[in-house]
Amino acid sequence: MGVAPVEVEQPMTGQNAALDAPWVTVVWNDPVNLMTYVTYVFQKVFGYPKAKAEKLMLDVHHRGKAVVSSGTREAMERDAETLHGYGLWATVSHDS
Amino acid sequence: MTWDFLGPEDAGDDSLGLAASFRPVPGGAAAYFEEAQAGVIRSLVSQIAELVSADSTAAEVAETGEADAVEVELGLSSHVEPPDDPVLARLLPDGYRDDPGASAEFRRYTEESLRSAKVASAQTVLASLPAAGGEVLLSEPDCQQWLRALNDVRLALSVRLGITDENEDLSGHLTADDPRSAYIWVYQWLAYLQDSLIDALT
Repeated sequence: MGVAPVEVEQPMTGQNAALDAPWVTVVWNDPVNLMTYVTYVFQKVFGYPKAKAEKLMLDVHHRGKAVVSSGTREAMERDAETLHGYGLWATVSHDS
Repeated sequence: MTWDFLGPEDAGDDSLGLAASFRPVPGGAAAYFEEAQAGVIRSLVSQIAELVSADSTAAEVAETGEADAVEVELGLSSHVEPPDDPVLARLLPDGYRDDPGASAEFRRYTEESLRSAKVASAQTVLASLPAAGGEVLLSEPDCQQWLRALNDVRLALSVRLGITDENEDLSGHLTADDPRSAYIWVYQWLAYLQDSLIDALT
């Protein structure tokens, strides 16, 4: 894992390819997932301490969405896939 | 998100009787289910498993022989569009919000394994919950599968019940003669059950 080339929308030069990290995973609010469950999933999937997981959960709840992780596009797609496995509504986007 | 669910004291005279809930035990969690409760859960998770496996790429090949068998072997999906069924669309969401091209590619690489994972969760529940009910003892990994399976059922019910951010407390949403009203009890009970399982694990 981790050696497959990351597909990028625009070609990057060798120099700024090192900056190829501003991708994020966003979790969106929904009326179904329990607050306790969302907090639990953030702890389980990302290893976040409970306080951080709870803060992210509350951000999702009150602001409608929250950035829960950032990194390469490939890593963010893996995070979104994992969160879909838990039934959370997650998307990948470019943090620009 | 919500935490508006009913505890056992609120279950009243519904046909499920007192709501079952999980308690922590060393290495996992345990709960006691009446036969009717086991029946409801088994029926709903079976429906989810059927729904997510019905038009999977693997199932299509078996049925029509038309999809690319190599794709199936590699775990690639022939699906690039979000499912038409709103329940399936919620269970198998887009990976990108405003980028259909990237969503299609994401779906191609993830949808088949996501479907398989959901079927596996449902199968864990079916294997650990006897149809006649009784005491259920779950290992920690089984608890994870139960959490996902119960969540999938709740997501599916929420779509069928038309639950939105505006009416998430469900009060006055459906009239008493609406055939879906019976499922509101089930939806709320499953929230309570799922929450008790999280409690038992934390």
